[in-house]
Amino acid sequence: MSNPKQARSSYYESSARARIAGLLEPDSFHEWLPAAERVTSPHLATLEQPAAFDDGVIIGRGRIAGKNIFIAAQEGGFMGGAVGEVHGAKLAGVLERAVRDHPAAVLLLLETGGVRLQEANAGLIAVSEVMRAILAARAAGVTVIVAIGGQYGCFGGMGIAARCASAIIMSEEGRLGLSGPEVIETARGVEEYDSRDRALVWRTVGGKHRYLLGECDVIVPDSIAAFRQAVTACIDNGDDWSLAALEREHQMLAERVQRFGACKDGRDIWRELGWADPDAIAMLDNDEFVAAAHGHRAKNI
Amino acid sequence: MQKPTEKIWDYERQRRNRKLERAASALGASLRDKVVPADMAVQLLEAVIAPGDRVCLEGDNQKQADFLAKSLTQIDPAKVNRLHMLQSVLALPEHLDLYELGIAELLDFSFSGPQAARLARMVGKGQIRIGAIHTYLELFSRYFVDLTPHVALVVAQSADAQGNLYTGPNTEDTPAIVEATAFKNGIVIAQVNELVDKVPRVDIPGDWVNFVIPSPRPHFIEPLFTRDPAQISEIQVLMAMMAIKGIYAEYGVQRLNHGIGFDTAAIELLLPTYAASLGLKGKICSHWALNPHPTMIPAIEAGFVKSIHSFGSELGMENYIAARPDVFFNGPDGTMRSNRAYSQAAGHYACDLFIGSTLQIDMAGNSSTATLDRISGFGGAPNMGADAAGRRHASPAWLKAGEQRRSQQPGIPRGRKLVVQMVETFREHMQPAFVAELDAWKLAEFASMPIPPVMIYGEDVTHILTEEGIANLLLCANAEEREQAIRGVAGYTEMGLGRDLRMVENLRDRGVIKRAEDMGIDKRDATRDLLAARSIKDLVRASGGLYQPPARFRNW
Amino acid sequence: MTIENLKYRFDNGTTTRGVTAIVGVLGSGNLEVLVEPAALGGACEIEVKTAANGFGAIWHAVMKDFFARHRVGDIRVSVNDAGATPAIVSLRLDQAIETYLAQGRTKK
Repeated sequence: MSNPKQARSSYYESSARARIAGLLEPDSFHEWLPAAERVTSPHLATLEQPAAFDDGVIIGRGRIAGKNIFIAAQEGGFMGGAVGEVHGAKLAGVLERAVRDHPAAVLLLLETGGVRLQEANAGLIAVSEVMRAILAARAAGVTVIVAIGGQYGCFGGMGIAARCASAIIMSEEGRLGLSGPEVIETARGVEEYDSRDRALVWRTVGGKHRYLLGECDVIVPDSIAAFRQAVTACIDNGDDWSLAALEREHQMLAERVQRFGACKDGRDIWRELGWADPDAIAMLDNDEFVAAAHGHRAKNI
Repeated sequence: MQKPTEKIWDYERQRRNRKLERAASALGASLRDKVVPADMAVQLLEAVIAPGDRVCLEGDNQKQADFLAKSLTQIDPAKVNRLHMLQSVLALPEHLDLYELGIAELLDFSFSGPQAARLARMVGKGQIRIGAIHTYLELFSRYFVDLTPHVALVVAQSADAQGNLYTGPNTEDTPAIVEATAFKNGIVIAQVNELVDKVPRVDIPGDWVNFVIPSPRPHFIEPLFTRDPAQISEIQVLMAMMAIKGIYAEYGVQRLNHGIGFDTAAIELLLPTYAASLGLKGKICSHWALNPHPTMIPAIEAGFVKSIHSFGSELGMENYIAARPDVFFNGPDGTMRSNRAYSQAAGHYACDLFIGSTLQIDMAGNSSTATLDRISGFGGAPNMGADAAGRRHASPAWLKAGEQRRSQQPGIPRGRKLVVQMVETFREHMQPAFVAELDAWKLAEFASMPIPPVMIYGEDVTHILTEEGIANLLLCANAEEREQAIRGVAGYTEMGLGRDLRMVENLRDRGVIKRAEDMGIDKRDATRDLLAARSIKDLVRASGGLYQPPARFRNW
Repeated sequence: MTIENLKYRFDNGTTTRGVTAIVGVLGSGNLEVLVEPAALGGACEIEVKTAANGFGAIWHAVMKDFFARHRVGDIRVSVNDAGATPAIVSLRLDQAIETYLAQGRTKK
């Protein structure tokens, strides 16, 4: 590591703004509705709760590998990246604008627990608008790329929204799911799911598991540079929006239920996928893991 | 002249033997060699414990004789009562249940971390009487003077049928307890995780042990010394830089102990990066009295560390420790042997520096972790964080500190231990670390203690380090200067805002107070990028996969 | 929960070119700081919204020292705070003003 500072620039630890700055070409970012415009949540103000200048999401346009793209980044540090009315409108807006302007891609850096409880109705509507906007953008020929690698993972309705995208890039630290671990434990009891058993949580929703299940398309080490490289490749690959692709996906999902329906744990699924030593997976570094995963994923690549 | 009446010299031994006979008849055929089945534990305890006995129940900082604690709560208080409990750590609810059940009434202890709030409530209601709150060494010492246990209930990893015990890496307090009990007519009962034909090594010889009980479940043990590097803040990095450059390098500190916390974890993780970049490898931090902190792994791997002797072990570190016998104290079987009593003595007499955190510091430099609603006790910090008045051997760091002291208070040449209190001026929720009066005073009044429970006395503290800078109390000429030196690093707390600006500037000119910039530290360099590991996973990688963190510390 | 609103004004700062800058995150124990150019006759105006009430005297001392360190005028500083300690507040303020000035130097 000749330049340790750069090599260690962690995506996981970075703020949403730092991720944008690290991913895009220098000085290429132009922000829409920046902090100084103070488009904040009216609901939080009513509830006398602190409101962030940008409502926890940063949107705009910029360049990556010479291509003009749109970008949105959720800030997990503010209310766990929860989606409120303004926050959701910004996300949907950037996607709807993509339908009109046709950028090379829309890049969504998601980090969220789902809908913001303080403005749940508005948030729920917003999330469904985001899903529709993702599909509209793809229908208009715009590749939509989701990156997940932050502390708060990507859960709730936004977990579904993520799966509407053309491609998902995750790091091992990233988590993707519908109900968060604590929610499952609360609803079903600790015997069913111990949310404090972090190894179990990662075996259920973590990046490596999502990669092996084929839900995440690219897995990268936890560095902004690695995410940048993966984003560039995904833009080049473009989007397969064909009927054949949809049918393949449906077939994969049907096979999955059949194959893994009886599995109790991520480990069982990995064994079923042909991993001789599932417990060793957790400690494999990214390159080793990707190499070893060849032919042992629930998706043919 | 009348012949003197026959004096009995073995009353205690006879008493013990009668207890052993009672045990033999209570256990009958269920006793094989020294092995007692778990379902006979309560009968055994009722047979060997007499009302009013001093009973040492092994509750260490980490491992717990939890099965014996549970069994003790199940004995009949009509048969056994008024017990005087001796414990280094009150960790389990059962430890306090004994008093509510009418089995025990008097307690001598050191530390009560997890039970501190309930202990305070019970003291308030008069349910429990406290003899005294000790430091570890002090309590162990009293086992050999006036608090010798009649019965010791200890815990080990494995035993053979003859009672030889193997403690594994967490030997901790067991040798001190068993030695005091076994050689003064007491009875030693050990709960063990497993019975084996031959123990991997003999930590406690079998003829010091009377009974062995295989427990239904492995004993409880807590990973107390694992700090996730992900939670270290930029402020803590800055303070760690000041500690390394402003104190470790300044005095050439080679032998030391770190209190546990994120502040000291930051120092440990800056050794292979920041300290190495200052050319300090080999010049500081070679020899340690320390639990095997996972955050030490990068410094060990970088070759900073020559030796570490430990009070106890740490869950997940076993394989790493076993693979580094040049650094740790490993037995012929390959695993570590820790020993709290020896490591405490090592920290007190053989270390040049102690650095640790606290909750409150007053304007004389006294510090305390006591709060009104918690009686948490002391543990080992006061032994580490006190000048060793009995020390005679010299070292450069010790001599330099002594010289600085004599520059203000002339006297015969002698050295000083460096005792550093490292605190952010405000804790979470804006609780100030600097106060006019310690909460310890109120607690002393509430719990009828003879003296306020001070963790480290002001006269022992040599430096106070905050994000605002370092106050070197050795260089203060009098109490007034001392107070202003402390206020001068107390930030925006009420104590800090009340400083005499001119005096503080004067102290800074004299080098009594040093700011980051006075030490040549650029605050902008204080980022998490300086940490040799920024996550638990980084620590696992640094260990070559030998460190196996408990599940709760993982995020993969 | 209520939000406390605190306002400070320091006069006779030096007018220095800068570009609007935001640093920090409004998360527990943290804060976000927005620095914008504003024609205030050389003054520096600061507005703090904080979820932790009753620390006005400390905020005032922190802001006074901040202004004394940099003496930058014609700026408006807006702070959203979620219970950050003074050390974190000072650090973020310094980072914000440094970013503001650095951007001003590069953008002619």
